Amino acid sequence: MNPVLNPLTLVTFFPLLGVLALFFIQSDRKNTLRWTALITSLITFGISMWLLAEFNAKDPELQMVINLPWIQVAGWNISFYMGVDGLSILLVLLTTFLTPISILSTWTAIEERVKDFMLFFLLLEVGMLGVFLAQDLFLFYVFWEFTLVPMYFLIGIWGGPNRMYAAVKFFLYTMAGSLLMLLAILWLGIYQDTFAVPELIAKGGIPANIQIWLFLAFAAAFAIKVPMWPLHSWLPDAHVEAPTAGSVILAGVLLKMGTYGFVRFNIPLFPAAAVKLAPWMALLAVIGIIYGAAVSYAQKDIKKLVAYSSVSHLGFVMLGLFALNPQGIQGGILQMINHGLSTGALFLLVGMIYEQTHTRDFDVYGGLWKLTPVFGTLSLIVVLSSMGLPGLNGFVGEFTILLGAFGSDAIGSPWYAGLAAIGVILAAVYMLYMFQKMFLGPEGSVVEEVKKHGHGIKDLNLREIVTLVPILILIFWIGLYPKPFFALMAPTVDKLVAAVQAAAVAMH
Amino acid sequence: MTSTDFLSILPIIILVAWGCVLLLVDVFSKKNTWLTPLLAAAGLMVTLVFSIVQSGTTYTGFNGMVVVDGFSGFLNVLFAVSGLAGIALSFDYNKRMGLDRGEYYILLLFSISGMMLMSVAADLIVVFLALELLSIPLYVLAGFARPKLDSEEAAMKYFLLGAFAGGFVVYGVALAFGATGSTALGEIVAAVNTGTADLTLLTIGAGLIIVGFGFKVAVVPFQMWTPDVYQGAPTGVTAFMAVGAKAAGFAALLRVFVAALPTLYEQIVPIMWVMAALTMIVGNIVAIAQSNIKRMLAYSSIAHAGYIFMALVAFGQADVAPDAVSAALFYLLAYAVTNFGAWAVVIALEKSEGKGLQLDDYAGLGRKYPALAAAMLVFMLSFTGVPPTLGFMGKFFLFRTVLQAGFVWLAIIGVLTSLISAYYYLRVLVIMYMRDGDPEVNTPFLLNLTTGLTAVGTVVLSIVSVPLFKWASQAVLKIF
Repeated sequence: MNPVLNPLTLVTFFPLLGVLALFFIQSDRKNTLRWTALITSLITFGISMWLLAEFNAKDPELQMVINLPWIQVAGWNISFYMGVDGLSILLVLLTTFLTPISILSTWTAIEERVKDFMLFFLLLEVGMLGVFLAQDLFLFYVFWEFTLVPMYFLIGIWGGPNRMYAAVKFFLYTMAGSLLMLLAILWLGIYQDTFAVPELIAKGGIPANIQIWLFLAFAAAFAIKVPMWPLHSWLPDAHVEAPTAGSVILAGVLLKMGTYGFVRFNIPLFPAAAVKLAPWMALLAVIGIIYGAAVSYAQKDIKKLVAYSSVSHLGFVMLGLFALNPQGIQGGILQMINHGLSTGALFLLVGMIYEQTHTRDFDVYGGLWKLTPVFGTLSLIVVLSSMGLPGLNGFVGEFTILLGAFGSDAIGSPWYAGLAAIGVILAAVYMLYMFQKMFLGPEGSVVEEVKKHGHGIKDLNLREIVTLVPILILIFWIGLYPKPFFALMAPTVDKLVAAVQAAAVAMH
Repeated sequence: MTSTDFLSILPIIILVAWGCVLLLVDVFSKKNTWLTPLLAAAGLMVTLVFSIVQSGTTYTGFNGMVVVDGFSGFLNVLFAVSGLAGIALSFDYNKRMGLDRGEYYILLLFSISGMMLMSVAADLIVVFLALELLSIPLYVLAGFARPKLDSEEAAMKYFLLGAFAGGFVVYGVALAFGATGSTALGEIVAAVNTGTADLTLLTIGAGLIIVGFGFKVAVVPFQMWTPDVYQGAPTGVTAFMAVGAKAAGFAALLRVFVAALPTLYEQIVPIMWVMAALTMIVGNIVAIAQSNIKRMLAYSSIAHAGYIFMALVAFGQADVAPDAVSAALFYLLAYAVTNFGAWAVVIALEKSEGKGLQLDDYAGLGRKYPALAAAMLVFMLSFTGVPPTLGFMGKFFLFRTVLQAGFVWLAIIGVLTSLISAYYYLRVLVIMYMRDGDPEVNTPFLLNLTTGLTAVGTVVLSIVSVPLFKWASQAVLKIF
C-alpha cells in the first residue's frame, strides 16, 4: 500500500500539518490558533472515520499494514511497521474523538501561551496515535517515550499551583518503567533478531523462565502507566495539577496506553508468563479496584476523587484482560473506551464549574441543580455512567469483565470477580456522595462567593454543551446497543485467546 | 619516508604545518583579529575533506607505528568537525570576554593534530606522543582567561593531574614493553599469542594505561578535576575539551584494548565493569546537586563517559567487540552534536565575570527566546535519551551491545542512572519554561548557526540515522 495515502500514516502524522500551520500564526491571534488546532483535530477525526470504513471487522489480522525497512544495518532489523486490528481500532477512534473535544474545552480556559498549548496538544496526538498503531517495538518505544514530552509541558506550564512537582513526578515515574521495557525490547531484538511484533509472536519459543523476566520488564512500563496499585501515586498529582484538557487526555487516552500495552505486547509475546502470572495480576487489579474506590470516598477534592476512581476503574480493565478469555478481554477493551468517555466527561464537567468557582473542594458546593439544571442533568448522566448503571456504557463493560473473570481458568478462582463486584457498589457510594454534595441540598457557600464577583453561577453555554453531547451520545449508544463495538474487536480477541491457550498448553 | 607513510599522517602534517604558518600570520595581523580564526577554520576544512576522502581505506605507515582504518577515519572527521565547532563557539565569545588573541586558534589546531595522531596510533610510544600533543595545548587553553583566578586554577589543576596521568601511561607502556619486548601493538599481540609474554606484568601495565586514560576521559575515580576545569576554562575551550579530549581518550583505550589486549579480558573486565558502573552513578547523582550550569554539564560529561565506558567493557569478546566499537563511536558522535549545542546555549547566556551561569539565570528563557529554549530542550532530551533524538539512538545502540555482551546488570545500572539524569536535565526545562524571569542573551550569527545546526541535527539525524549507523559500523578497528 502507498505509504503516503495509507490511512494509518495519514491519521498519525496529519496533526503535524497543524503544528506546521501554527508556527506561522502570530502568538496573539488566539482565536485563529484555536480554530487551526480544532480544525486539524477534526480532520484527523475524519481520517480516522475513513480508516474505520476501510476496516474489515471480520478479519482478525492486522489491516492496512505498512511495513518499510527503516534501520537495517549492523544486525539491526528495525522497520517502520504500522497496522490496525481489533485490539487497537477503538482506541485510535477514542484518541481522535477526544482530541477535538479537549481542544474545544480550552476555548476560554487557556488564555496564556495558546500557541504553545496547541502545539504540544497536537504533538501529543501524534504520539498517542503512533503508540496504538506501531507494530515494531522500536517504533512503538519512540512514540511511547515521545508522548511524555508534550504531556510534561501541558502539566508543567498550564497546570495548577504545584504543577512543576507533578510534571516532574509524572515524567520520572513513567520513564522509570519505560527504561526497563527498553532493556526487554533490546533483549528481544538481539535474541529473536527482529523488533516486529507479529514476527516475534510467530517465532515464539522463549523459555518460560525468561518470559517471566521479560513480562515483568514490559509490565513495569505498562503498570505504571495504567496505573496499577501500588504504582499509582503519580496519577492523583498529575490529574489535580493538569489543566482540564490535559486531564481529559491523560485519563481518556494516556492511561489506556498502559492497558493496551498489556493486551498488545505482554499477553501475546509472553503467553506462558501471562498464564502463570494471571492470578497475581488479577490480585493486584482487585486490590486496585477496592483501594481506589475506598480512597475516592475519602477525597474532598473533586479532581482527586475522579483520579482515584480511575485507579479503581482501570483495575476492572486489568482484571478483564488477565481473565485471558474472550469475554474478559473484550470487556476489558470496551471498558477502556468507557472509562475514556465517562472519566473524560467528568473532567470536562469539573473543568467547566472550576472555571467559574476556582475551587474543587466539594464541601463548599451544594444545591447546584436548581441553579444550573443543564449542568446538573448532564453531570448526573455521566456520574451514573461512571458507576455502571444498566442502560449506560459502564455497565456493559463491567458486567462483561465480571462474567469473564468468574469463569476464567487462568485466574483460577471466582473470588477475584466476587471481590471486584464490591467495587461496583463502592463506585455507586462515592459517585453519588459527590453528586449529592454538589448538586442537592442547600446552596453551598461558593454560590455566594461567586455572586460577590458578578452575576452568580451560570449554566453551561452552547460551546460547553456541544463539547459534551458527542460523549453523551456514545455513553447511551454503548449502553443500549454495544454489539457493533464488540463486533469490531471479537475476531482479533478470539485469535489472541486461542494463541495464548495453545502456547500455555505447549508449555505444560 | 615512503609516500604511504606520508599519506597516513597527512591530516596531522597539514594541521601542524598550517599551525606554524598561522603563528607567523598572527604576528603580522594583530589588527585583523578575524584573520587567524578564519584561516584556522580553512585549514580544518581542508583536513576534514582529506579525512573524508581517506576514510574507507586501510593501510599502515612507518612500519606499523600508525594505522589508517575505518576507526581512525570516523574519528578524524569527528575531530575536524569538533575543531570547527570549537572555533564557531569561541569566535564571538572570545571577543566579548577580552580573550581575542590569535594563538587561541593555533593551539586548537595543535591539539586537534594530537587527537588525530591518537586515532591512528598503533604503537604505545605514538599513543603517548599523541597524548602529550593533544594535552599540552589544552592546558594552555584552559588558562587562556588569565588573570582570571578560576581559569588559572583550571589550567594548573588540569596540567598537574594531566601530567600525573601521563606518568601513569608512560609507566604502563614501560611495563608492557618489559612484558612483551615491544611497544608495537601488533608485536604485543604476537608475543602474547606465542606465549613469550609475561602476562602478569602486561596486566599491570594495562591497568596503569587505564588509569592514565581514565583521567583523560574523566571516569570515576579519576574524575575529580573535571568540574573545576570545565567551570574555570573559557566556555569555548570547555565545549571543545568535553568532546575532543574525551573522544581521543576513548580512541586510545579502544585501540589498545580491543586490538591488542583482548587476551587480558578475564583479568581486566571486573575493574572496567566497576569503573563504568561507578562513573554512571557518581556522575549522575552529583550532577543533581549542581546549581551552576557549567558544573552540571561537567558532571553530565562524566556520566556520559561512563556510558561509553560500558562499550569498552566488552573489549575481549571477539563477536561483540566490533559492535561495541561502533556503538562507542556512534555514542561519541551523538554526544558531540548534543554537547556542542548545549554549550552554545550556555555561551549565549554567559556574561563577563562568570555571571549568567547559574541555572536560575535560565528562568523565563522559554518565553523570551522560544527558539533558543527549544534548542536547549532538544539537547536536554538528547542527553536524557528521549526519542526522537540522537542521544536516544546512541543509548539504544550502546545498551544493545552491553546486553549482547551479557552484562545485564550493567545495562540495568545504565538505564536506572539515565533515569536519575532525567531529573537534572528536566530541571533545566522546568526553569526555562515554568518559571518567570528576564534573561538576556548574546546570539551572534556563528553561535546561532551552531545552535541551530546541532538542534536540527540532533532530531533529524535520529530519524534518518541509517547513514550514520552504516558509517559507524564500518569504522572497525584493524585487528593485528
